[in-house]
Amino acid sequence: MNRTALDLWVGLFVAMGIAAVLFLALKVGNLSGAALSDTYTLQARFDNIGGLKVRGPVKSAGVVVGRIANIRFDAERYEALVTMTIDGRYRFPRDTFVSIYTAGLLGEQYVGLDAGGDERMLQAGDTVSKTQSAVVLEKLIGQFLFSKASESQDAK
Amino acid sequence: MTKLLNWVRALGHGTVDRIWRLGFATRFFFAVLRHSGMAFRRLPLMMREIYFSGVLSLLIILVSGLFVGLVLGLQGYETLQRYGSTEALGVLVALSLTRELGPVVAGLLFASRAGSSITAEIGLMKTTEQLKAMDIMAVNPLARVVAPRFWGGVIAMPLLAAMFSAMGVLGGWLIGVVFIGVDDGAFWSQMQASVDFRYDIVNGVIKSIVFGFAVSLIAVFEGFDSVPTAEGVSRAITRTVVTSAMAILALDFVLTSLMFRGTS
Repeated sequence: MNRTALDLWVGLFVAMGIAAVLFLALKVGNLSGAALSDTYTLQARFDNIGGLKVRGPVKSAGVVVGRIANIRFDAERYEALVTMTIDGRYRFPRDTFVSIYTAGLLGEQYVGLDAGGDERMLQAGDTVSKTQSAVVLEKLIGQFLFSKASESQDAK
Repeated sequence: MTKLLNWVRALGHGTVDRIWRLGFATRFFFAVLRHSGMAFRRLPLMMREIYFSGVLSLLIILVSGLFVGLVLGLQGYETLQRYGSTEALGVLVALSLTRELGPVVAGLLFASRAGSSITAEIGLMKTTEQLKAMDIMAVNPLARVVAPRFWGGVIAMPLLAAMFSAMGVLGGWLIGVVFIGVDDGAFWSQMQASVDFRYDIVNGVIKSIVFGFAVSLIAVFEGFDSVPTAEGVSRAITRTVVTSAMAILALDFVLTSLMFRGTS
């Protein structure tokens, strides 16, 4: 069996195809940077998650430290149970505050972790108790109108 | 009355004929799979088919990919600048190429460039009774002719689609960054932040593999099942292109609804 000119072209073709996939993976996609290394999970309960999505980012001090793995409705407590996978390099204290924020005025919603001062750390699988739900714009406007109305009545 | 009766008769005959053909195509698919062993044992046969359907399709795929990327860059910039978010141009170009346009347009081009020539080749072999001659010499034409062409197409298609997407992203970059002057860093970093490897790129590659199977199967089947006359072969080639295009678009809808439900 000898090498032929055909093999050269096919080899070149396959190499170009693999190069294209690598280009898509490394340059276009985010396989290189944001991959999380050996993760652990945390859970948090919220009254209202707003528009939070699975695979959304979990940030602390603005840096992505994890991803949202699962969101489900807890029918016993009528709350949303959010499961997050957190990068194993980062540990958070027991009294970490978990809130839902919005990036920009109309941007995507993400989970923010604000570390507390406790010396004991959260363990894998723990449920965080201190949470703050998403801000619902309608409620905010309602509160604003209500306080305005009561203000004008006081003035009279 | 007889006219109506004839019409009903033709309708019934057409329906039964279609279903019959579909059943034959299914059996043909499994027969090709069963006889694929030799295609992988005798690699030079398959190398030749990858060369014909892959390497020779390179020019049309690369040039089309580049131009699709250029157009996406121009149109995307035009729309995005109204909202003052031209940095998102990279995201727009990369997501539309990796998720949809790469596999679909590469599939359509592959069907018309490689699929039609496979059908023509097998159809002409049937017309000139080469397939029958092989059968007489105890060489199974499914294993010797059909299977290598089928697998050559299946292997070439995802590679071509990946090259199409890569070329398109480069085209979008060329228009957006080099000619219009969108910030280079923002173009790439926004793209990398919102294109997910598993969710967007792997799903696009899965699509192109499915399209590769569909187009190659349609091409070899139409050739094998063609009426062995000049007119029959030309009709078979037309059917290959038309059926492949419809199959790609229909499969694309099904795959998209399975992969990107919009909930996550």
